[in-house]
Amino acid sequence: MIHSLFLINSSGDIFLEKHWKSVVSRSVCDYFFEAQERATEAENVPPVIPTPHHYLLSVYRHKIFFVAVIQTEVPPLFVIEFLHRVVDTFQDYFGVCSEPVIKDNVVVVYEVLEEMLDNGFPLATESNILKELIKPPTILRTVVNTITGSTNVGDQLPTGQLSVVPWRRTGVKYTNNEAYFDVIEEIDAIIDKSGSTITAEIQGVIDACVKLTGMPDLTLSFMNPRLLDDVSFHPCVRFKRWESERILSFIPPDGNFRLLSYHVSAQNLVAIPVYVKHSISFRDSSSLGRFEITVGPKQTMGKTIEGVMVTSQMPKGVLNMSLAPSQGTHTFDPVTKMLSWDVGKINPQKLPSLKGTMSLQAGASKPDENPTINLQFKIQQLAISGLKVNRLDMYGEKYKPFKGIKYMTKAGKFQVRT
Amino acid sequence: MTDSKYFTTTKKGEIFELKAELNSDKKEKKKEAVKKVIASMTVGKDVSALFPDVVNCMQTDNLELKKLVYLYLMNYAKSQPDMAIMAVNTFVKDCEDPNPLIRALAVRTMGCIRVDKITEYLCEPLRKCLKDEDPYVRKTAAVCVAKLHDINAQLVEDQGFLDTLKDLISDSNPMVVANAVAALSEIAESHPSSNLLDLNPQSINKLLTALNECTEWGQIFILDCLANYTPKDDREAQSICERVTPRLSHANSAVVLSAVKVLMKFMEMLSKDLDYYGTLLKKLAPPLVTLLSAEPELQYVALRNINLIVQKRPEILKHEMKVFFVKYNDPIYVKLEKLDIMIRLASQANIAQVLAELKEYATEVDVDFVRKAVRAIGRCAIKVEQSAERCVSTLLDLIQTKVNYVVQEAIVVIKDIFRKYPNKYESVIATLCENLDSLDEPEARAAMIWIVGEYAERIDNADELLESFLEGFHDESTQVQLQLLTAIVKLFLKKPTETQELVQQVLSLATQDSDNPDLRDRGYIYWRLLSTDPVAAKEVVLAEKPLISEETDLIEPTLLDELICYIGTLASVYHKPPSAFVEGGRGVVHKSLPPRTASSESTESPETAPAGAPSGEQPDVIPTQGDLLGDLLNLDLGPPVGGPPLTTSSVQMGAVDLLGGGLDSLIGGPNFVAPPAATVPPNLGTSMGSGLSDLFDLTSGVGTLSGSYVAPKAVWLPAMKAKGLEISGTFTRQVGSISMDLQLTNKALQVMTDFAIQFNRNSFGLAPAAPLQVHAPLSPNQTVEISLPLNTVGSVMKMEPLNNLQVAVKNNIDVFYFSTLYPLHILFVEDGKMDRQMFLATWKDIPNENEAQFQIRDCSLNAEAVSSRLQSSNIFTVAKRNVEGQDMLYQSLKLTNGIWVLAELRIQPGNPSFTDLELSLKCRAPEVSQHVYQAYETILKN
Repeated sequence: MIHSLFLINSSGDIFLEKHWKSVVSRSVCDYFFEAQERATEAENVPPVIPTPHHYLLSVYRHKIFFVAVIQTEVPPLFVIEFLHRVVDTFQDYFGVCSEPVIKDNVVVVYEVLEEMLDNGFPLATESNILKELIKPPTILRTVVNTITGSTNVGDQLPTGQLSVVPWRRTGVKYTNNEAYFDVIEEIDAIIDKSGSTITAEIQGVIDACVKLTGMPDLTLSFMNPRLLDDVSFHPCVRFKRWESERILSFIPPDGNFRLLSYHVSAQNLVAIPVYVKHSISFRDSSSLGRFEITVGPKQTMGKTIEGVMVTSQMPKGVLNMSLAPSQGTHTFDPVTKMLSWDVGKINPQKLPSLKGTMSLQAGASKPDENPTINLQFKIQQLAISGLKVNRLDMYGEKYKPFKGIKYMTKAGKFQVRT
Repeated sequence: MTDSKYFTTTKKGEIFELKAELNSDKKEKKKEAVKKVIASMTVGKDVSALFPDVVNCMQTDNLELKKLVYLYLMNYAKSQPDMAIMAVNTFVKDCEDPNPLIRALAVRTMGCIRVDKITEYLCEPLRKCLKDEDPYVRKTAAVCVAKLHDINAQLVEDQGFLDTLKDLISDSNPMVVANAVAALSEIAESHPSSNLLDLNPQSINKLLTALNECTEWGQIFILDCLANYTPKDDREAQSICERVTPRLSHANSAVVLSAVKVLMKFMEMLSKDLDYYGTLLKKLAPPLVTLLSAEPELQYVALRNINLIVQKRPEILKHEMKVFFVKYNDPIYVKLEKLDIMIRLASQANIAQVLAELKEYATEVDVDFVRKAVRAIGRCAIKVEQSAERCVSTLLDLIQTKVNYVVQEAIVVIKDIFRKYPNKYESVIATLCENLDSLDEPEARAAMIWIVGEYAERIDNADELLESFLEGFHDESTQVQLQLLTAIVKLFLKKPTETQELVQQVLSLATQDSDNPDLRDRGYIYWRLLSTDPVAAKEVVLAEKPLISEETDLIEPTLLDELICYIGTLASVYHKPPSAFVEGGRGVVHKSLPPRTASSESTESPETAPAGAPSGEQPDVIPTQGDLLGDLLNLDLGPPVGGPPLTTSSVQMGAVDLLGGGLDSLIGGPNFVAPPAATVPPNLGTSMGSGLSDLFDLTSGVGTLSGSYVAPKAVWLPAMKAKGLEISGTFTRQVGSISMDLQLTNKALQVMTDFAIQFNRNSFGLAPAAPLQVHAPLSPNQTVEISLPLNTVGSVMKMEPLNNLQVAVKNNIDVFYFSTLYPLHILFVEDGKMDRQMFLATWKDIPNENEAQFQIRDCSLNAEAVSSRLQSSNIFTVAKRNVEGQDMLYQSLKLTNGIWVLAELRIQPGNPSFTDLELSLKCRAPEVSQHVYQAYETILKN
């Protein structure tokens, strides 16, 4: 099982270590540093590194490496999933997960880590249980604690720990009972030079914020549930009911949680809401190149595309770019060669464009690689797959909750090749 | 106020100051001090000197303070064992506390203190906690047993904790069950011999019930445990699968992958005809695809596992090619894995798409990735024959980019393409030669030199090119040196006149100026060959090369089966069995897929039975001594790979020598004919074979020396069509050489002279190996018999029908043309016996569309006789089984052009004296099947 955990920042300092079994010397991280050096970028450090006596499994998030040390044959996905859970928990506790924040809350961090694993076995990873055991730090509580001498460690056994609904604590009370659901879809796509789709898929999630008194039992049904043939559920969802009736039936956790995630595969046709017209030309041994891109709406079901952001990694040979956008602002970093253009909203009557020239390294032959354009955008009130919630019902409690559903489509990894 | 204040230190005596604070009367101050100590500990500072002072703070009602002290204890108890004893009392007391949280905390912490003296005190509290009324305490205690076992295994056994732990599997609380399973699995891992997890249908049922109710982590432990169980029949396997499938929709990817493992393993037991089998296959694809939308680290592990799954059951993901397309900002480790899987999934149906992608990748920035993409194009060419041409043109496009590393990779893969499809794409050589100067990597240089040497006769300035390499001979790496040596010798053999100087130069460089033993040896061998017998040298150096196999990096089937049992573990990430790399190799048990035990016996197809049961019971597959000996002989006879190429005939001579020497001392039978040292008369094989077959059932080896079936001569060219020349003939194959036995009869009135023969291009490149020699003029009414040796190195053109041969014969009168059909079995080569594993893998690998079925009626032979009859014509029986009273023979044969044909022959007893044979043929080139069938029929019926 998981032996130890090291947190390492991007400059290679170990700023936290936690051992669940015997203490493993931090020199084990030398192997990690070696791998880090070999991988030119932090993202490229391999997630599994063998060393003579241990295995190092790591995740890289928020510019911090979370490195777990294991000694025996352990499912690596189990370790990696757990590490991500650790990061999520920190984020949940402190709002952000960063080196200064972790250092500021080192004792809470330590206590939380101790509660999450026992001898390397996961103990309590549900945030509602953890929060009952170790209360998250708030300014008010710190002040109160200093005055009264009480602690931020709960001294009662958390109720959820052993119940059949470990994700929900009992005795929840709200004055305003409300349940919000966000259907968020991300389009991952690769578009080729000529504008035709090579691959496109939709990763969707339904995130919920449920603040309901007592033990409510909810059902959520869809207009077109057959879209959901590849789904992953929160443990609260009753799978049998879904299999037989295609209805989501569940006792929700308290607060924010992800109800389900789904995947609409490349085999179904995926509507692509934007297009990019581009003409980027380098010429051999000329010091000038031309650059022009235009972004326009395609299949948007009449909705506005906003938050459009275009980024592109230009080839090394590009020294600088002098461009003029028809709207928004753009920057080009001559060191990293990163071009980014914050477009904003797309007005279908007046398509935004960015054009100008590139100055290239004199005398050098034209670059081998073509820049890929990365696109970000948002469309409110639209789930591009066409998924629609039919109704939400509550059983088990008497009051009438306030219900709300929001849809949004975003670009995930949306890439246009040039 | 944040915790960062705990890191600030005064310059002098930090420890001293902390000590004072720890001993303060004020609770608040104490707590702050302990927090400071913990903070120092987290960054690896040594604060063990404060041990007694911290332990003193342990007796408190404040839970936070207590927890902090416990945290400290766990870290430092080992370094201060004597001091740690001081804490024992408090622990024992806490284990009796009315608050279950405190009881659990105490037992949990105590287990983490790895000090022998303390563990003795732990036993009693632990025993109580294992039977505690509160499940939270019980589940914590279960883990504690594993901890204790790690420290002192003997103690755990003596105290009977293992039995208590086993009882917990039947606990009413699912979380307790999950933890007990986890603890037992961990203990079992270090004690593989002990039968801790004794799984039976009852306990499995309990686990399956707990599976639905416990936490995600508990589900992983239970699923991994389930995977070790072997259901008693397919019905049980199916019912477990049905209860496990809902886990595929879990949000936790580790749960999903563990469920995939269970399903992949138990699927092995299900019959393919079952509807459920198909349903299950369909259900496996979406969760695997979903894993690819997770974080990159998870993707990496998932991809490594998918790589295994795709090799085992390619049908699961065959329509999902697109999800493996690479995004430019994927981490490099994800990119490389995706690429690998793309090639595994490449087929004729999607090759166009794959190639377009690969070409795109070849222009990316990351050098490693670009190289692998270029290599992938070559692998596609070799894997999907229909795409070879397109791949080559893509590679040429890439070479035109002149990007140095792209060009080098491209040349390396083009060499492989030449090996796979000889004499097909030589037109590109000119383009390759243009890039000679830019090659600076040994592998690329070696590949280029190989190409120049291999096609020396078609490259005008081959000698100049090779000479240019020779200048810096000593600075080259060994790989290049060896290749250069061979290439120049090839060149010399092809163009002896103008390259004598060059070959002498390279031979002396290799033998006299080099201190590399491999190079010297190879140099001397060539030198000796060239100086004693240039003809033999030609045969050796320019011999036909064995074709390279389709996929060189496939995991060997037995290892693959073992790895399938380890899906989701480190073993699956490294593609090695755990025994090969897990620390200390703690006697890891080899796992194997369950054999298929159907509750109702059904006929098994060959690919599932032996592959599914590597260690299980084998059906009766000729595991006789003879087979063993045959295998050994095959080892000697097998084509040499990598080393200097040798002709088949010379290898056989070696084998005969080995055989003679070895068996001579073994039996020394009176009717044993010792082979003469220099030559092997063609009839030797038979006489030796007959002598030995009484003693050993030599299934191969010796058999390879005997000749195959010869059809009676037929008239090919009637006299009236050829101005009085009548030609009849037949084809024979003996000792690896093919010949055309001709009978020429002069029915005209004039004398015939000046005979010559020529073949048109044909499907297998058959060509006369020597001119037609009719020594004396053929006078009227005279008949002469001639045996014309043939080889298969002529140029190739597909004929209709495939075995059509157009022949032109010339004499002093005129030129005559005729065409004849040759029986395919003359092309069956002697090393056509496939290894059994290979056979299974290949059979599975060839798509079902390529399978052809034939009937051979009224054959008067039994299985034994069929097998031996076919063997003399180089159709080898790989395995034999008896299913429901019918004999099944699995056979392989190889054609001269390297095409393998696999056969399944079912012998049905018809009426008493005759049998009906049912023949299924599988081959990558399905068009040969019909002719192979004809060959079978001719051989068996005559």
